[in-house]
Amino acid sequence: MSLLTDLLNLDLSDCTGKIIAEYIWVGGTGMDVRSKARTLPGPVDDPSKLPNWNFDGSSTGQATGDDSEVILRPQAIFRDPFRKGNNILVKSITSFRQVICDCYSPTGEPIPSNKRYNAERIFSHPDVKAEEPWYGIEQEYTLLQKDTNWPIGWPLGGYPGPQGPYYCAAGADKSYGRDIVDAHYKACLYAGINIGGINAEVMPGQWEFQVGPSVGIAAGDQLWAARYILERITEIAGVVVSFDPKPIPGEWNGAGAHVNYSTKSMRSEGGYELIKKAIKKLEARHMEHIAAYGEGNERRLTGRHETADINTFTWGVANRGASVRVGRDTEKEGKGYFEDRRPSSNMDPYVVTSMIAETTVLCNSNLSNGSK
Amino acid sequence: MALLTDLLNLDLSGSTDKIIAEYIWIGGSGMDLRSKARTLPGPVSDPSKLPKWNYDGSSTGQAPGEDSEVILYPQAIFKDPFRRGNNILVMCDCYTPAGEPIPTNKRNAAAKIFSNPAVAAEEPWYGIEQEYTLLQKDINWPLGWPVGGFPGPQGPYYCSIGAEKSFGRDIVDSHYKACLFAGINISGINGEVMPGQWEFQVGPSVGISAGDQVWVARYILERITEIAGVVVTFDPKPIPGDWNGAGAHTNYSTESMRKDGGFEVIVAAVEKLKLRHKEHIAAYGEGNERRLTGKHETADIHTFSWGVANRGASIRVGRETEQNGKGYFEDRRPASNMDPYVVTAMIADTTLLWKP
Repeated sequence: MSLLTDLLNLDLSDCTGKIIAEYIWVGGTGMDVRSKARTLPGPVDDPSKLPNWNFDGSSTGQATGDDSEVILRPQAIFRDPFRKGNNILVKSITSFRQVICDCYSPTGEPIPSNKRYNAERIFSHPDVKAEEPWYGIEQEYTLLQKDTNWPIGWPLGGYPGPQGPYYCAAGADKSYGRDIVDAHYKACLYAGINIGGINAEVMPGQWEFQVGPSVGIAAGDQLWAARYILERITEIAGVVVSFDPKPIPGEWNGAGAHVNYSTKSMRSEGGYELIKKAIKKLEARHMEHIAAYGEGNERRLTGRHETADINTFTWGVANRGASVRVGRDTEKEGKGYFEDRRPSSNMDPYVVTSMIAETTVLCNSNLSNGSK
Repeated sequence: MALLTDLLNLDLSGSTDKIIAEYIWIGGSGMDLRSKARTLPGPVSDPSKLPKWNYDGSSTGQAPGEDSEVILYPQAIFKDPFRRGNNILVMCDCYTPAGEPIPTNKRNAAAKIFSNPAVAAEEPWYGIEQEYTLLQKDINWPLGWPVGGFPGPQGPYYCSIGAEKSFGRDIVDSHYKACLFAGINISGINGEVMPGQWEFQVGPSVGISAGDQVWVARYILERITEIAGVVVTFDPKPIPGDWNGAGAHTNYSTESMRKDGGFEVIVAAVEKLKLRHKEHIAAYGEGNERRLTGKHETADIHTFSWGVANRGASIRVGRETEQNGKGYFEDRRPASNMDPYVVTAMIADTTLLWKP
């Protein structure tokens, strides 16, 4: 109805200085994104100037009913593409209690879902900071028809023709959901997220966007904000987004979150040797990384459909069947970056980005963990 | 919902200088168009200033999985009619990392022919008449045709109007404006003889740009049919029997043909084409034998013929050209699924470079 749209698009800048801030956080499963909004007296562009808030953790599996308040601490601000104006999205982390070391429970253990806090510790280590780690994350996802949870564009009770025609394709018989993807692209650019591109994926109804290059902790903040914006858009479109790594078993590609990575040394002359050294370190910690790279990844990393088998670590130039791929450009120039193809689409970017930095920068060559 | 449209129509010029560039290339079948987008720091109008890119050739039948990167070289820029603003469409061709054109890259060889001094001096112009058929999604039966049956015979549909004669005009008209917006030299449109079939023309374009413009026009068309929930086919004979096929007649002239005395040059050129009829036919599109039957305004595929105002000939010369003694001619043989790089370059090669 036009009146509802008029109200949604009301430009408040003429009648008030107030803004709306949507606080966003990750809930108890580690993948569910939650948010709620509050009014602030005026525009804010510095997260440290935003007030802490709190929410009912017993409703998100993050606290018990008798001690339910979980604190929200603002970490990053993005412009709100839905409310526009001076309104903002606020990526926040959760802490159990407002005490000095507030990422720990009363018994002194770090809260399991506080992945950002742990990542920040790694990214503020002087050795890591000096190397200025850059990340480019390729987030794949699948769009599903609401209520049936069958991929969009797929016939109910059946399957589309086999993979082949769909990658980067156009056409009503090959491309499903472009409006969502294109709206997401512009919305993220508007929000100030460093979205690098989009493309249609090999399985019909599957898409990818890339965020980066982002430095250190910003990679995780931006990816979570981009995931939030995507789910808000699919909500508008009446479609369901899934980050499951293997939404349809069988001859259908899975969904990953390949992480492209480089450090200052890798980007400088002679960087290719450091890349090879870093890859060796990743190989030595393959099982630890895999354990942290997303639930259900064993259904996806089979060695087929452009993946490497989950139990084996391999790397190669231009090799999309390997665990780690180095681009031809990097090989040619003797410096650049590499792509860790192992993380699944439902990985936590705070965990993965900081773990790659930890293993390649902090762990020494005989692989004791230098960060503890 | 209104909010999705608001997001799609976000004017980013107030918030960032960044632009979105949609890189377009031709996939492994030689007819499938592929594209993906990337963000660039600011507006670009010169293709040589755009970065090369790469894609997963193993997903398009153009490279093996263990060595999958195919490099995209930007060749032509058009304005993006879907994203508008400073956003662009970029027509690319494909190379191995070592810099060799991959086998499905027909543009590279065409560009070499067009930069041959003997060809460049003649400034070859092309006007390509792209026919295509619109099909209902899921059943792949032409738009407007009754499911499980056929419309009345051909006759009433060519250039017609009316809900019982014209099917899909919205797609055709929005394509027309979108191409003009993009900077493609689209010169016209018309409803065709078979119901659900349409035609647009691109040209006159010089040399290699004819191919670039036709491919991007095809891309824009398929993006629009995607929006409309309809399927576009470039098959040269989508419905067997008493129904017209779809072609891509190529109108052609050189500097000499356009000047006084040009008609003689045209006749000489047509004679050369006659001598290479089989070679041309082999390169003029898959499945053309189902279309070039000698009926339905085509010439038989095995026979070369030409004539003034003759739509049943392989080559037709317009009455105006005959009257003025100069002008252009129309090669009616190419199928709707021809590759314009191949066809335009081959016509130039045969008429300007080849010696019998």
